[in-house]
Amino acid sequence: MSEFFPDAIFGSVAADSWFGFDRIIFVRIVLTIVVLGLLWLGARNAKLVPGRGQSVLEMGLDFIRVQIAEQVMGKERAKPYVPLLATIFITVLAMNIGGVIPGLNIAGSARLGVPLVLAVWLLLVYLSAGVRKQGFVGYVKSQLFPPGVPKVMYLLLTPIELLQVLIIRPATLVIRLVANMMAGHIMMVLAIGATHFLILEGAGLLKLAGIATFAGGLFITGFEIFVAALQAYIFALLSAIYLNFALEEEH
Amino acid sequence: MITAETPSNPFIPAPFEIIWSLVFVAIFAVFIIKYLMPKMTAILDERAAKIEGGLELADKAQAEAAEARAETERQLAAARREAAGIREEANSDASQIVTEAKTKAQSEATRIAENAQRQIEAARKSAVVSLRADVGALAAELASRIVGESLADDARQSRVIDRFLDELDETMTAPAGEQPAAEAAGGAAQTAGARESEA
Repeated sequence: MSEFFPDAIFGSVAADSWFGFDRIIFVRIVLTIVVLGLLWLGARNAKLVPGRGQSVLEMGLDFIRVQIAEQVMGKERAKPYVPLLATIFITVLAMNIGGVIPGLNIAGSARLGVPLVLAVWLLLVYLSAGVRKQGFVGYVKSQLFPPGVPKVMYLLLTPIELLQVLIIRPATLVIRLVANMMAGHIMMVLAIGATHFLILEGAGLLKLAGIATFAGGLFITGFEIFVAALQAYIFALLSAIYLNFALEEEH
Repeated sequence: MITAETPSNPFIPAPFEIIWSLVFVAIFAVFIIKYLMPKMTAILDERAAKIEGGLELADKAQAEAAEARAETERQLAAARREAAGIREEANSDASQIVTEAKTKAQSEATRIAENAQRQIEAARKSAVVSLRADVGALAAELASRIVGESLADDARQSRVIDRFLDELDETMTAPAGEQPAAEAAGGAAQTAGARESEA
């Protein structure tokens, strides 16, 4: 676990500390600077006829807009939320990809903070969007008292729905992402650690097993790249779905 | 692995973790929402507008071309119609001219024929008139001669008649140049006749 809670570079990383700076936060800084720098390079000289960098950037943003936002929410409804979803997707992807960058070797989203902040932000946005769209009473009614069920069922349904809207949806987003990143990191550490140990200290044929674990490490690295993109996609897609729930009259 | 200084539960974040995460997410959010999306959206909108403009232009050009083609066809049809009209008119003109010419020629021919008729008639009439005058004169001369002889003598009478007929023969057979002589003879006869009637 200490991989995920490294020692402080400065400040304190105690559980009650308000200021601390450790390796993961350093990784996040690097990722932030590099990714935003790349985005800036792509968008800086944005022209009508796109260059290569701009084309890639446009393709990515188009993917977010069309495949995530508009597909779930519909063209008109998605429009105000595309920047939010783009932020979520890009941030998660940027943080995730740190896990396979040599030198960084851990995802910025492997610890709770970034996913949690994103999820809480999303929670606030969809609550306020729902209230704005349907009014407070209308929103509460549509979310907590789904129509078409016997009144008695509300005793059971309403607490579940309340829990669902306020806790479960954001929490599942966070936990899914963090768990994925942690698991990926642990697998890579295991594979690489095992390779290291087997090759350097293994006796005889055990060195051959090291080759197998090295191959496993390679595979896991590729898999982690895939997972990084997939989790970013899932996070953004579910965000769009939750937003859509809030904006729909009933679900 | 788990030390006393580090939080053991990965799902209870330390406050500093939340604060740092807020900072990073805020940086991402500000960059993407304030810079990246507006810029790219503007570019996309501009491009869409341009493409739409191009399409519209193409549509317009196409419509114009179609209209021009239709106009040309219309003109062509009009020209054809006009040509047909002209041809028809020319045909009818030609036939009219022909009929006119025909009637004119007909009337001309009729006129000429009538003229000739009239001329012939006039000649005939004048011939009749002159013949009547001649016959009258001749008859008068014959009568005066007969009276000039003034005798009931058959022989003399027949002699007179013979002589008259001879003279007549002479007059008939004589060429035109001898007519005055005959006339002179006739005149002499007349005068002789007149003289005889006086006597």
